[in-house]
Amino acid sequence: MPSLEHIANLVHDWLNAQFSPGLALFFEFFIIGVLIIGLFSILGLVLIMMERKVSAWMQLRLGPNRVGPKGMFQTVADTVKLIVKEGMTPDGVDKLLFNLAPFIVMIVAMVIMAPLMFAKNFQIWDINIGVFFITAISSLSVIGILMAGWASNNKYSLLGAMRSGAQIVSYELSAGFALLTIVILTGDLKISAIVNAQSDGWWIFKGHLPVWIAFVIFMIAVTAETNRAPFDMAEAESELTAGFHTEYSGMKFALFFLAEYVNIFVVCALGATLFLGGWQPLHFGTGTGFNRVMDYIPSSIWFAGKTFFLIFVIMWFRWTFPRLRIDQLLNLEWKYLLPISMFNLLLATLITIMGWHF
Amino acid sequence: MYRETAIVNESEVTGDLVINMGPQHPATHGVLHLVVHINGETIRKVEPHLGYIHRSIEKMSESLSYRQFIYVTSRMDYLSSHINNHACAMCVEKGLQVEVPPRAQYIRVIMDELTRIASHTLWWGAMAMDVGALTPFFLAFREREMINDIMEETCGARLTMNYMVPGGVMYDLHPLFQQRVKEFIKHFRSKIDEYDELVTGNIIFQNRMKGVGILTKEDAVSYGCSGPTARGSGVSCDIRKLYPYEVYDKVQFDEPLETAGDSFARYLVRLQELRQSMSILEQLIDDIPEGDIQAKTKAVLKLPKGEFYTRAETARGELGVYIVSEGGTTPYRIKYRSPGFSNLSALDHMARGGKIGDLVAMMGTLDLVIPDIDR
Amino acid sequence: MTNEELTIKISALQPALVVEEGQEWLQFHVDNKDWLALAKQLKETAGLDFDYLFCLTCVDWKTHLSMVYHLSSTLHRHTIVIKIKLAYTDPVVETVSGIWRTAEFHEREVYEMFGVDFLHHPDLRLLILPDGWEGKNPMRKDFEDPVNMIKL
Repeated sequence: MPSLEHIANLVHDWLNAQFSPGLALFFEFFIIGVLIIGLFSILGLVLIMMERKVSAWMQLRLGPNRVGPKGMFQTVADTVKLIVKEGMTPDGVDKLLFNLAPFIVMIVAMVIMAPLMFAKNFQIWDINIGVFFITAISSLSVIGILMAGWASNNKYSLLGAMRSGAQIVSYELSAGFALLTIVILTGDLKISAIVNAQSDGWWIFKGHLPVWIAFVIFMIAVTAETNRAPFDMAEAESELTAGFHTEYSGMKFALFFLAEYVNIFVVCALGATLFLGGWQPLHFGTGTGFNRVMDYIPSSIWFAGKTFFLIFVIMWFRWTFPRLRIDQLLNLEWKYLLPISMFNLLLATLITIMGWHF
Repeated sequence: MYRETAIVNESEVTGDLVINMGPQHPATHGVLHLVVHINGETIRKVEPHLGYIHRSIEKMSESLSYRQFIYVTSRMDYLSSHINNHACAMCVEKGLQVEVPPRAQYIRVIMDELTRIASHTLWWGAMAMDVGALTPFFLAFREREMINDIMEETCGARLTMNYMVPGGVMYDLHPLFQQRVKEFIKHFRSKIDEYDELVTGNIIFQNRMKGVGILTKEDAVSYGCSGPTARGSGVSCDIRKLYPYEVYDKVQFDEPLETAGDSFARYLVRLQELRQSMSILEQLIDDIPEGDIQAKTKAVLKLPKGEFYTRAETARGELGVYIVSEGGTTPYRIKYRSPGFSNLSALDHMARGGKIGDLVAMMGTLDLVIPDIDR
Repeated sequence: MTNEELTIKISALQPALVVEEGQEWLQFHVDNKDWLALAKQLKETAGLDFDYLFCLTCVDWKTHLSMVYHLSSTLHRHTIVIKIKLAYTDPVVETVSGIWRTAEFHEREVYEMFGVDFLHHPDLRLLILPDGWEGKNPMRKDFEDPVNMIKL
């Protein structure tokens, strides 16, 4: 069965056979760009559809069911609507920042994708500081949100942006510490190394207490970082109407919307990579029949399955919990999550030094 | 008439940010306009600007006959329209000195309690939505829909029923009414525990609710609060208990009281009221007496000269109807003392020092219905 | 407290009162200048404790206006009605919003609907009507609006 790794190698070999190495690299860049944009639109369609169906399922509703079979093309129809809608720029806004902000948020979401390992040996860029790269880039999205909120010349947008700023900056600490726990256990920042270290068992199984704590903290922190309920302070529909994107319409709004979902995908993919073994199949013991069956499932399916499971968990949060208040949100981070994750880091270090993990 | 919206942009206190919450805002559940002075996220002052849905029902009623004006009152507090109609019908009956037949009294009370349940379930969903949980809204509508169906069968309408007329009720009950109500109670008994599980016990919800929007007992009385808002502060003010009308003196029910005075106390009072209303329904539904549904009244009603005041307990509190009659076929003056108007006046006092998120939660627990405030 | 006791007790506070019985509740006709003092006493005198102002409104009698205050006590559960006769042009009465805070909103409503001026009111502005309606007083009987009002 041709795996993604196999296809990628075929393309690489063919391009190098046809063109000079420099030109081949250029074509590879081009293909990657097209693929990422394609992935973006597919992710947007799939995740928005998933969100609608999950919420409908939890809320005694049917969800969209008119366009296409079971309403599958509803998001396509919505996208078409958003594209043909007038992208209004209200009077009194800072035009440059207002128009730039959605693109910054979008670019950040795109760049984060680079070190992600989508299947076995299928990765855009296996940078040796992979985890660090993701943490660094993801914190840039707050700039886009602040720009949007400030440039909109709307008090609700400004409040939303300020909330978002405070929130993302704080929760990044906890998310970072949770990632560091795995980095310490693995001893490497490289995504491929982290995944390979889990070939004999995912970190969530063999990492003892610190990984469990780190996983819970990671899930809470990324929910906050992606501005999802119960931490959707930046939008807080019932308080700030729509927060930082109140004034946006048409495709500019769609970019924010899409970036939100792609960010969810990225953080869940990261969670799946670090805690749930990335593309590694589920194994029990060594050499049993069960393991062999698991090996038959392609690595890309494993990765997608784990990622979508985490995405489902985050959606589940959204449709179950009420929203926190802004001061409670910051209290939770600075008074509980941060001390716990710092202590957890020490614990993980201790376990690694003593070699107590499996 | 087109109305120019007065947008307030500047605060007299320098350094405060002024935001106009409403008239279109997801949390005001209608066209309430709050001018909120904030410092960072902390609220300094809340100034309600009313009148976006003012239809001058009081003035309108002055030119409508004693049969007609009742229908307009369905549009006041549209979530407890039965009780509005009931209060008005009682006021006219007081003037006419008409005794309502027992069957009509039972039907009226049953309808009132069904309305109260419908209103409180809708409030529960909207309240949860205000604090950011979207799912309860749909759960609440499932139950409310059942009541609306029951109403539709008997009254022919789902929201503005116009069912109570001076002297009794307009039509007899639908043959399946009792069965439907019993089915509903059975269904709702199991669902109300689900409400508790999903929202009441949630730690985030409790954190949002406890200790915010505190209204002391003295303040609640001074601001003229009534209904669950006042009962959350420990003020016993249930008209059904204190000044029983119709058959409320024949049924056993408790007046839930909480003493904390915060948003959570008001929330708990309403949830307990749901249970009490169900218990009232259970006591009444099986022994509705046979008989007339309307007392015999003249075609054209004329109230004697004088003043008549009745009060009824709506889902939001005490509704007072004050009719001044000059002996004619239309009221000389009508005043509706609406519960929301007085409850809203306490909002500024409650909200100061809180956060924007608190303000939304407080408005949720006050259960404001804007047409009820503006009239 | 029974009506007789209430009559005796309140009449003792303000001898110029006119008591009217026959309606559901006791009615007291109070002189405009005595009102504020009486209001304070009604709230504070032990045994009366009228702490709950549940209805405040005004009636236009074409020759004069009359303010109507419905008071009750959350302690003793007795209810009285206070009435004050006001002049038809430029009616003025003392505010009671310092005594019962609910009066603040109700008085603003009466101010815009009937044009009653409440002295010492903390914030006497239009509440329901939009700007530009000062002095038009739509709830008065002589108010004419040829566009929106249909005469029956």
